[in-house]
Amino acid sequence: MLEIKNLHVDLEEEEKTILKGVDLTVDAGKVHAIMGPNGSGKSTLSYVLSGRDGYEVIQGSATLEGEDILDMEPEKRAAAGLFLAFQYPVEIPGVGNMTFMRTALNAQRKARGEEEMSASDFLKLVREKAATLKMSNDMLKRPVNVGFSGGEKKRNEILQMAVLEPKMCILDETDSGLDVDAMKLVSEGVNALRDAGRSFLVITHYQRLLDHIKPDVVHIMADGKIIKSGGPELAIDVEKNGYSDLLEEVA
Amino acid sequence: MALPQAKQDATEARLSAVNTPDGAVWIAQAREAALARVRAMGLPTARDEYWKFTRPDTLVQAGAPEAALFEEDEAPIFDSVDRLKVVFVDGVFDADASDDLSQEGLTIERLADVAQADIHWAKDLYGALEENGQTPVQRPLAALNTALAEDGVVIHVTGKVSKPLNLIYHHKSTSSDAILHHVIKLDAGAELTVLENGPAAARFNKVMEVDVADGAAFHHVRTQGRDHERRAATHVFARVAEESVFKTFTLTANGVLTRNECVVEILGDNAVAHIAGACVGDGDFHQDDTVFVTHNAVNCESRQVFKKVLRNGARGVFQGKILVKPDAQKTDGYQISQSLLLDDDSEFDAKPELEIYADDVACSHGSTSGAIDEDALYYLRSRGVPKTIATDMLTLSFLAEAVQEIEDEALRYEINTRLEGWLERRRG
Repeated sequence: MLEIKNLHVDLEEEEKTILKGVDLTVDAGKVHAIMGPNGSGKSTLSYVLSGRDGYEVIQGSATLEGEDILDMEPEKRAAAGLFLAFQYPVEIPGVGNMTFMRTALNAQRKARGEEEMSASDFLKLVREKAATLKMSNDMLKRPVNVGFSGGEKKRNEILQMAVLEPKMCILDETDSGLDVDAMKLVSEGVNALRDAGRSFLVITHYQRLLDHIKPDVVHIMADGKIIKSGGPELAIDVEKNGYSDLLEEVA
Repeated sequence: MALPQAKQDATEARLSAVNTPDGAVWIAQAREAALARVRAMGLPTARDEYWKFTRPDTLVQAGAPEAALFEEDEAPIFDSVDRLKVVFVDGVFDADASDDLSQEGLTIERLADVAQADIHWAKDLYGALEENGQTPVQRPLAALNTALAEDGVVIHVTGKVSKPLNLIYHHKSTSSDAILHHVIKLDAGAELTVLENGPAAARFNKVMEVDVADGAAFHHVRTQGRDHERRAATHVFARVAEESVFKTFTLTANGVLTRNECVVEILGDNAVAHIAGACVGDGDFHQDDTVFVTHNAVNCESRQVFKKVLRNGARGVFQGKILVKPDAQKTDGYQISQSLLLDDDSEFDAKPELEIYADDVACSHGSTSGAIDEDALYYLRSRGVPKTIATDMLTLSFLAEAVQEIEDEALRYEINTRLEGWLERRRG
């Protein structure tokens, strides 16, 4: 599904290298987790993959189902099936949540040469998905993320994911700012989307999210590289002993 | 104090080109008094502080500069709204195109007719609110209007009028120089919504005086017409009494020069006054909102919300003031003016002012100028929304706070449709 090879990335504004040779392959239907200390480059990886401005790819490649995505506009990547659940979802006053999601969905369908979804089919789809995430009609009607609590914003990210049905979902610290109940709700939303054709890359600081969203593979990232990969037990190990042992081991 | 010679000459040159219209004694006196005000103040020049950001010369000169006619390519605005239409073509009343003006709770007359009546209630209002609005800042173009206007509507609202009144201004002559003066009086507890739309003329000078009595509500929504070369200087003077509501919203799209002044005096306790505007300008476009709200009473709320989207060298101006008099305790005043500059060639000038003499008030003001929010743009695009559409969505989002000031949902929808049309026409 997603194949990242020897990816080196600089910040455009300052001469600083953030990613220093990331190699990562996520197969279809698999859930991979990336953990790592602050500043290791986890969020940068998610931004670079989704096409945020301000980063310069120096070397390496990233493909989605064999297609190079790094030269694509962000909207093309989305239409190709990539989705990033933001760590800090953006508030957009004056744009209704429903209007936003419908515009996004139909733009993606159009880009893929599919027919646009009618207003009534769309309403049905959103209502159904929103119900499982316990999102009220009011939250659907309100402007995008405006007046939403931290937990509501994250639920709204998962709702967008459920509506857009991407193939490759990247979750950037989706657990940050969530209480236990909200984390459970969000995780259930994610788990409901797991299937053989959809892959996940879950970026997190803490093992606790991985209690709810069970990963197939866990990677540890440090200083712009993946330094260790393993099974779910690796996350438990990190939770117990911190990153320092691992970092020493590699050094 | 004597006026500078150049100003005096320019004023006389303008006045020599016109005659004050005929009328009954009371209006003849009002016009004479207004003319005297014009002579005393002199018409504005570029050196006047109040015209620092907007050149008044084409609004002052004797004849209207030519303005090419514009072929409308949209369905007329407010068409979906059940309303009472009053039509003016280049400032001349069009009886055939206007509806029968008799309606419950409302008397509508033409100023041209009222001016012939020996006795009329309009005597107490015509030019009175305008004159009152000349201090502390002079507005000579409004006095000129009072002196010269031959027509307009004179409205007395006695009850709650459910159907909005729509003043429609067509522009059919490339050199028309239209002057209209409206007087609107709302009795205690009365309600009226006035809609205005259309470019009106090559050059348009309009005054609207609105007297809102205790517990009355006046809503005003207007669009100023997309004719690229039209010019307009408009004034709204409002007097707002106890527990009453005054709300006005203006959408300006295109037009080479627009100066909209709104002068509101709050005289009764617990009253509300909202003045809002959205403007979208592209290229040769200059739009100026000049607002003055005076709080004279206790526990009143005023809002000034102005948003301007500017591109290709368009220029936006905001001069807004909240004056809180010593007795106007518990005043809640809010003022925001913001511009979204879509390129480096466009310009926004703002002069926000607060002058407060009461000690127990909450007043805030802010003014910003910026480009499209890159984070929001990235967020929308990461969901698959193409850049052009995402930019449009964020532009509408920027304007939303001003449009939101319109209470009526159907009218809000009409305005949003216009804005979407403007954006769509500009998509590359």
